[in-house]
Amino acid sequence: MRITRVAALAAAATLALGMTACGGDDAGEGTGAGSKSFAAGTTMERLNKAQSIKIGTKFDQPGFGQKGLSGKPEGFDVEVAKIIVKELGIPEDKIEWVEAPSKVREDVIVNGTVDFVAATYTINDKRKERIAFAGPYYEAGQNIMVKKDDTAITGPDSFKDGTKKVCSVTGSTPAEEIKKYVKDVATQLVLFDTYDKCRDALKGGQVDAVTTDNVILLGYIAKDEASFKLAGDNFTKEPYGIGVKKEDTDFRTFINDTLEKAFADGSWKKAWDDTAGKFGAELGDAPTVNRY
Amino acid sequence: MSEQSVLYDVPGPRQRRVTLIGSVVATVLLVVGAYFLIYRPLDGKGQFSMELWGPLIDPSDESFPLVWERIGIGFKNTLMAAALAIVSSLVVGTLLAVLRVQLKSLARRRFTGFATPLSYLLRGLSALLSAVTRVCVEVFRGLPVVITIFFVARGFPEFGVTFDTLWYLVIGLTIYNSVVIAEILRSGMEGLPGGQAEAASAIGLSPLQTTRMILLPQAFRIMLPALISQLVVVLKDTSLGFIISYEETLTIAEQIIGSLDNPIQTYFVIGVMFIVINYSLSKLAQYVQRRLARGRRSAAPRTGAGDAQLGTEAVAGTTT
Amino acid sequence: MSVLIDRFDVFAGGFWLTLQICVLAALGALILGAVVAVLRISPVPPLRAVGTGYVNVFRNMPLTVVMFFAAFGLPALGSNADFLRIPGLDVVFSRLGTDLPYFRFALIALVLYTAAFVCEALRSGVNAVPPGQAEAARSLGLTFGQNLRYVVLPQSWKASIVPLGSVIIAMIKNSALVGFFGVVGDLSQTADQLTSAEGYAFVPVAIGISIGYLIMTVPLGAFLDRIEKRQAVAR
Repeated sequence: MRITRVAALAAAATLALGMTACGGDDAGEGTGAGSKSFAAGTTMERLNKAQSIKIGTKFDQPGFGQKGLSGKPEGFDVEVAKIIVKELGIPEDKIEWVEAPSKVREDVIVNGTVDFVAATYTINDKRKERIAFAGPYYEAGQNIMVKKDDTAITGPDSFKDGTKKVCSVTGSTPAEEIKKYVKDVATQLVLFDTYDKCRDALKGGQVDAVTTDNVILLGYIAKDEASFKLAGDNFTKEPYGIGVKKEDTDFRTFINDTLEKAFADGSWKKAWDDTAGKFGAELGDAPTVNRY
Repeated sequence: MSEQSVLYDVPGPRQRRVTLIGSVVATVLLVVGAYFLIYRPLDGKGQFSMELWGPLIDPSDESFPLVWERIGIGFKNTLMAAALAIVSSLVVGTLLAVLRVQLKSLARRRFTGFATPLSYLLRGLSALLSAVTRVCVEVFRGLPVVITIFFVARGFPEFGVTFDTLWYLVIGLTIYNSVVIAEILRSGMEGLPGGQAEAASAIGLSPLQTTRMILLPQAFRIMLPALISQLVVVLKDTSLGFIISYEETLTIAEQIIGSLDNPIQTYFVIGVMFIVINYSLSKLAQYVQRRLARGRRSAAPRTGAGDAQLGTEAVAGTTT
Repeated sequence: MSVLIDRFDVFAGGFWLTLQICVLAALGALILGAVVAVLRISPVPPLRAVGTGYVNVFRNMPLTVVMFFAAFGLPALGSNADFLRIPGLDVVFSRLGTDLPYFRFALIALVLYTAAFVCEALRSGVNAVPPGQAEAARSLGLTFGQNLRYVVLPQSWKASIVPLGSVIIAMIKNSALVGFFGVVGDLSQTADQLTSAEGYAFVPVAIGISIGYLIMTVPLGAFLDRIEKRQAVAR
């Protein structure tokens, strides 16, 4: 008898708590992000109603998306994603972050595992066959990181003679790109699952260079300026976009609008300065959003 | 440890002296070698600095609680995946073992009570089913777990079925381990004296009843140590979750390394954790084995039991 | 399905590389495993301790951790495993002699890990020899070495074959991990490369990769089954 009463009390308490929590949310929405209403049937309306969202990002990319000791991802991609989420009228703590390494990014969008992907995600035509991109919100470029005292490697062409060894990440665009320059993949190319391992291999001298987008490399250089440097200029253009479902034009337009708003009101620049900007990478002018 | 005294005589005083001196020399050489080959290079690269070890072993370090909280989460996920995988592997494995034994006996049956064409059809059908299950077992036993997990995580969404990464890992591990467990149980059942099944059918039990009430319980009992060893395998294999970004211990370790830049130290700690846990598990398997052996010592000679233990250990332990 | 024909060279290359690493690792593991097994049954207590410790450490660690230490611990010790650049061998096994050490690192990891299981398989064989044999040998005055060489090992060999075979099959399957530790182009990494980077459909690639592994493991397994049956009859 007593047990049931305690249980009933507990249930009532939980209910009350739940209700206050709901009330709190409503109030926050009403005052903070502005009362959001979206056209019926759109992704925005669905997400806003559900008050929760799943976002794919990297967990191992310093400055862009890295899961720190706190267990929460931090970085520029994460901040940009938060700007979009705020515009959807969803509180920040309702975001579920899903790790989206390079090779599964299209899959998680197509399968609906996540609602969108912000993960140093280069916009290109091949990917546009399966998904759609909003943005770009940043333009990076592939570069090469070498040891500080290395003068032999000056750019991707240095790999053509077949002696220099280079490291990148499995299934990434930079890995495919550098294959165009490398003479013999078997003796010159190493692929790991994270750039951290590439960096360690470079430090240990097993490889001569690490190649990926400049901003990622700048992150490593900022951490260890005595050891590493960039070997030259960027040799590709990597516009980072937000990946959404291919047919979801409304959501894409909404994100594009949000990004343009963020470019204009300074929240985009602030996101950069708080994260990747600390590594000394340049933000440059706001890119022009491509509404294809 | 009985085999050692069998292979050589109990050492005499001279032999003991030689052994002692040899041991001391060997130990000194090992320590000196370790100093020059391991300690010096590592120390030279600053791998022993408290900056790298502190967050892992020094409770007063500011990162220490965070790091261990993360490792705790990872470890919980590892245990969860391992527990789910072993339970589902046991269930599926048992069903598979029963199915295979049943199909095998069906395929041997002549179906004399039926019309001739029908009996041929039934025989053909059961032979076919038996072959199909056999092929499935061979295929899944022959594929690397890495590949199975990868296939599950990539393949299921291809057909429009999506789960959490936990379930991909559990399904991947189950596919492989259930097949292994099925084989362990099947060999256990087939290894039982023929009189057991004959006696069962003599008192009127159907084949299914015979399997369920007579064969399976005994097979479980005999194969318990092998099954526990398989648990060690599953626990180790959950570390493959990193392939599909499941946040088990090693994935979390990678994230910690991303923040602290201490790969060797972190992996060392994680490695020690795995060794301690798995070592305890295999000790448990040995203990269970001894208990079982004691129970049936009258039936089997002692050395025989020892054989069986090592045999099953070697077979089960290597499947990872 | 066309990927199986169009990119047959990639599958074949992956298969060949996996086969290379498996052959080398099997050789290495058999040799090292035999040494450890002798240590484990030797009359000298510290050697026994070393053998037992070795087996306990490597049998209870995930291979991923062993691979990691080979690929990142060895460089920290200042070694690129250059002692494995054996002249002659690297003509056939071209990756053994490259400047990139990751093939050698992966090989070392596989050998170290598998040797622990090889040791246990060999020991189970030694245990299967009736104790009377060794006792008789001892009473003839044979030393430990002679006892092993002339009496125990020739008989234990038979009982070890099946467990050893299972160990080697497991090793072939374990080799699928090397692709995650810097060895570019083995069979499992081929799956990743073709589906993720080059965007081929998943199912045909999966079939191709599976065939590659099954070619290596299934015949070996069937062969072991036959030996096992023959031995069971002989007993």
